Amino acid sequence: MLVFAAVVLSAPIWLTPLGASYPDLLQKFAIFGIFAIGFNILFGLTGYLSFGHATFLGVGSYTAVWAFKLLSMNVIPAILLGTAMSGLFALAIGYLSLRRSGIYFSILTLAFAQMSYSLAYSVLTPITNGETGLQLSQQDPRVIDGLFGVVVKDGLPSTNLFTISMSGLSGFYFCAVMLIIAFYISLKIFRSPFGLKLRAIKSNQTRMKYTGFNTRPYLLSSFVISGMYAGLAGSLMAVTDPLAGAERMQWTASGEVVLMTILGGAGTLVGPLLGATIIKYFENIFSALNLGELHKIFASLPDTLENIVVAIINPFVGEGWHLMLGTLFMIIVIFLPGGIMEGLTRVVKFIKGILGFGKKQAVANVEVTRKGEAK
Amino acid sequence: MSTILDIDGVNKTFGGLHALSDVNLKIEAGETHAIIGPNGAGKSTLLNCCIGRLIPDNGSVTFNGKNMIGMKAHDINHAGMVRVFQTPEIFPELSLLQNVMIPALAKRDGTFTFNPFKALAKEKEIRAEAMDTLADFELDKFHHKLAGSISRGDKRRLELAMGLIQHPTLLLLDEPTAGMARHDTNRTIDLLKSEKMSNMTKVIIEHDMHVVFSLADRISVLARGHIIATGTPDEIKNDQKVKDAYLGEGEGDDE
Repeated sequence: MLVFAAVVLSAPIWLTPLGASYPDLLQKFAIFGIFAIGFNILFGLTGYLSFGHATFLGVGSYTAVWAFKLLSMNVIPAILLGTAMSGLFALAIGYLSLRRSGIYFSILTLAFAQMSYSLAYSVLTPITNGETGLQLSQQDPRVIDGLFGVVVKDGLPSTNLFTISMSGLSGFYFCAVMLIIAFYISLKIFRSPFGLKLRAIKSNQTRMKYTGFNTRPYLLSSFVISGMYAGLAGSLMAVTDPLAGAERMQWTASGEVVLMTILGGAGTLVGPLLGATIIKYFENIFSALNLGELHKIFASLPDTLENIVVAIINPFVGEGWHLMLGTLFMIIVIFLPGGIMEGLTRVVKFIKGILGFGKKQAVANVEVTRKGEAK
Repeated sequence: MSTILDIDGVNKTFGGLHALSDVNLKIEAGETHAIIGPNGAGKSTLLNCCIGRLIPDNGSVTFNGKNMIGMKAHDINHAGMVRVFQTPEIFPELSLLQNVMIPALAKRDGTFTFNPFKALAKEKEIRAEAMDTLADFELDKFHHKLAGSISRGDKRRLELAMGLIQHPTLLLLDEPTAGMARHDTNRTIDLLKSEKMSNMTKVIIEHDMHVVFSLADRISVLARGHIIATGTPDEIKNDQKVKDAYLGEGEGDDE
């Protein structure tokens, strides 16, 4: 856990060589990490695949922005309310969706998500500001700030944690602390009797019923917890950039978190975080590469070879980064159904085999590698 | 002796098939009652009607004075009636120890307990109890193995361990020794006869006559959905109807 915290907090330093140390991207790593960790509590532990988790992300964002508008520019009420509101939504949607299992559950959650998305776009425009997205304005009441005599004179106010501005690196550190807390809670859940019961439900739900467990409340609690994680992630998005739009609720966003979790390894502790980091890294770094930069990277090769390599790689970067992600995803799912975490475990086993380590040594190594990869 | 499970006038049809017709059966507290009968006689259907997996068309199932029909499976479990399945219904992705801890947790936590911040590592009592139960079945040496990876006979014993750790008032055993080697079968018989389990009422469905006659205080014979005879092992052995329906065809069947 300490290792994990150290790795997360030192991210701006060790990510520099990868070109990913700017605060905007780091914040995204942390936020989507929280989202995926939360999703994993539902999908990884119980096996229930929700296709509507972006709803809770959106609800968290809207609630947080409303908290900024009405209460205070301080981030504490925003994230608390965002998380709580998503929890309520998750309770309602989960209560209805969990009447079915398997593909029907997935379809139901997808339907609810698309419904929320459409509502945010149309009927609920007074609350969500429709297509434009919900934004701050100078005239917002900000009741609590008003009580303390904070008055914004010019321009838009910015989010803060008691006087510390939530932009740039300080914004990242705030998200990072949230991520560490979120990870710690998920660790506790994984290692609790409650977590064991959830895994047993994934393994054989029928047997759980005949063993004397009412499985529905277990599933619902896990759904609500993961919804609250999504809400926290959503409100953190609003913290780092205080506007909320309906596109955050679109099904592609729900699909993204599924990809992140499976890519990293569903049911593992750090896998989803890894998956989130990799996908966001691809999205931001590879999509920025263009033909000219590729030629620079491969400039050391002979010209003909350089042209061939660049021609092959070019469709996979820039606009085509999804192609790269898709290929990677296919490779992972086909060869490593357990995600990247399974790959790492195999590598460790392989090394252990070569060096002929004792068993205990190898176990310790797995731990070390896992923690090391918690980056 | 008092009646602990009273199956009264139970009928169950699947389409046109009368799986159970007007079955009456009284299980006395403390006895070991075997239900035998040819394949397809309705034995498993009868157990399914008791534990809430199936709902009988009519008739009643009363356990400890409470009507069981319409009750949820998890409530029936907590009422004290526990079933051990014919095909092992285990948690293949969990370790043997975890498989046995789950029913022990069910016994302690009830149908639902929200304790996500309690550490599993601190559940020392549950763990110790689970290890003891595994030891009874000689499964403790590989308690860390995944339940999906062990042999079929071991799975059967694990299944039994999962039923026993709940110390039910009534244990329903659906072919507990099917697929076991003779040595394991004998060990299972010893275990079911042991002092630990002597105060537990047991209903056993079994094909292996060796097991039936070693364990049963009374035997009921089910054929084509009817109970054709109930009595002590000796009475059943000498019953002409039973001989015609069942024993004559397959005596000494080791399955």
